[in-house]
Amino acid sequence: MNWFFHIGRYYIMMSRVFSKPEKWSIYRKQFIKEIDNLGLGSLGIVVIISIFMGAVITIQSAFGFESPWIPLYAVGVASRDSIVLEFSPTIVSLILAGKVGSSIASEIGTMRVTEQIDALEIMGINSKAYLILPKIAAAVFINPFLIVISMFLALLGGLTAGLMTGAVTPYEFIYGIQYDFRPFNVTYALIKTLFFAFIITSVSAYHGYYTQGGSLEVGKSSTNAVVYSSIVILLFNFILTQILLS
Amino acid sequence: MIEVKNICKSFNGKSILNDINIVFEKGKTNLIIGESGSGKTVLMKTMVGLFTADSGDIIYEGKNFNKLNFDDRKEIRKEIGMLFQGGALFDSLTVEENVMFPLSMFTNMTLAEQRDRADFCLTRVNLQTAHKLYPAEISGGMKKRVAIARAISMNPKYLFCDEPNSGLDPKTSILIDNLIYELTSELNITTIVITHDMNSVMEIGDNISFLYKGQINWQGHRDEVMRTNSEELNNFVYASEFMKKLKQRLTHHGD
Ligand SMILES: Nc1ncnc2c1ncn2[C@@H]1O[C@H](COP(=O)(O)OP(=O)(O)OP(=O)(O)O)[C@@H](O)[C@H]1O
Ligand SMILES: [Mg+2]
Repeated sequence: MNWFFHIGRYYIMMSRVFSKPEKWSIYRKQFIKEIDNLGLGSLGIVVIISIFMGAVITIQSAFGFESPWIPLYAVGVASRDSIVLEFSPTIVSLILAGKVGSSIASEIGTMRVTEQIDALEIMGINSKAYLILPKIAAAVFINPFLIVISMFLALLGGLTAGLMTGAVTPYEFIYGIQYDFRPFNVTYALIKTLFFAFIITSVSAYHGYYTQGGSLEVGKSSTNAVVYSSIVILLFNFILTQILLS
Repeated sequence: MIEVKNICKSFNGKSILNDINIVFEKGKTNLIIGESGSGKTVLMKTMVGLFTADSGDIIYEGKNFNKLNFDDRKEIRKEIGMLFQGGALFDSLTVEENVMFPLSMFTNMTLAEQRDRADFCLTRVNLQTAHKLYPAEISGGMKKRVAIARAISMNPKYLFCDEPNSGLDPKTSILIDNLIYELTSELNITTIVITHDMNSVMEIGDNISFLYKGQINWQGHRDEVMRTNSEELNNFVYASEFMKKLKQRLTHHGD
């Protein structure tokens, strides 16, 4: 089956996802459950990865700038830009695509193959909206917080690494972080994050929802969810960067 | 009343249902029987719109289901209670929450009222001890009973049961049969039951349709099913030694 088929079916699915909920109170409950599940559940991995990647980014920048002509605070500038522009919004989103995407696809895929989705439909519930809308809403709501936390912790990791290795002093690092700071870069990162959150949840839900067969296929759907949401994230990273930074 | 008219359904060119016509009457327990793989589940799923028929019509009280739009279908579906062959319980919810789920979605009942109703339905299927357990923690037969409780929680106008008593012990099986039979006349609803179980056929079969090779081979009442001329139905009914012996006795008495 080709890309056009999937894009068409994805589009039809999404038009059903965004229809009026049967009952707001139930959707609100699901939304809160998903924030807990998708947001708080991912906090641990985001924290660990951000601290260590921030440290590595800083050490690598310092390594590249070992020249008397370049001021040491440039390490802070370079680390900040890598972290804010690319590491936190894109790389962390890709990692979330792996974690959140596979869990969404296998959850919905299992519901499909065990007829739970059919059961919802028979009750007169719009299963697409009921299962997918709260997930999209929760991720779009919570991921910006995760990304901001990631930025902060990555910079903190950089600062600590600079101090521990002696590559850059905290004073110069912090000076570098503030040097020629453009608030728009953070806006750009958050815009990307919103798009990526939408992509991760909707593409993964799509793969789960249209699973056919049994547990083997659920596994395949969950792999496909990660692969395709990552590809689409990379594609949109390129497009959004072209639009927002040029 | 549900009318099935000229329904054909095939998968990948392989014909499963071939020109099916049945009238399922209101206030009666309508049975669909047939061998494993004969297309009973496919027929039921086609009737509720989970499969799309290749051709033919499904008519709910004069309304042609296939021609309705999404919202009108939803209205009919709210009146349908369905028991899936595999139970199809929501595994993120407890037994009690499963039964309460349609109530919470479509009624304005308070939580306490929903609990009461769930408790009532679970009691009717003789399951009073599993309220707080998750589907993964209960047995196959218990799942089936929870699924029945969920199907009847909204007082459906149409009740679809795909093998309600497979996997149940004889006593519980009879209990479920009686429950379905009682509800049907009590609430005057249209009930459709798929079964293999000859005991159920003889107990509750007001209207029986025998599905064979994609067609309705025989239709009739439970009193007629033992004395039919259809060779295929006879093979189905008298498959077991027990039934064969029973038949011998019956014919002896007849002499
Ligand atoms: N989704 C599907 N795709 C392709 N073929 C299917 C599908 N569902 C059912 N079939 C085929 O339709 C035929 C009838 O299946 P069905 O499930 O209706 O049997 P059944 O009469 O309910 O049997 P049982 O009593 O064992 O439940 C089978 O040959 C099956 O392979
Ligand atoms: Mg079946």
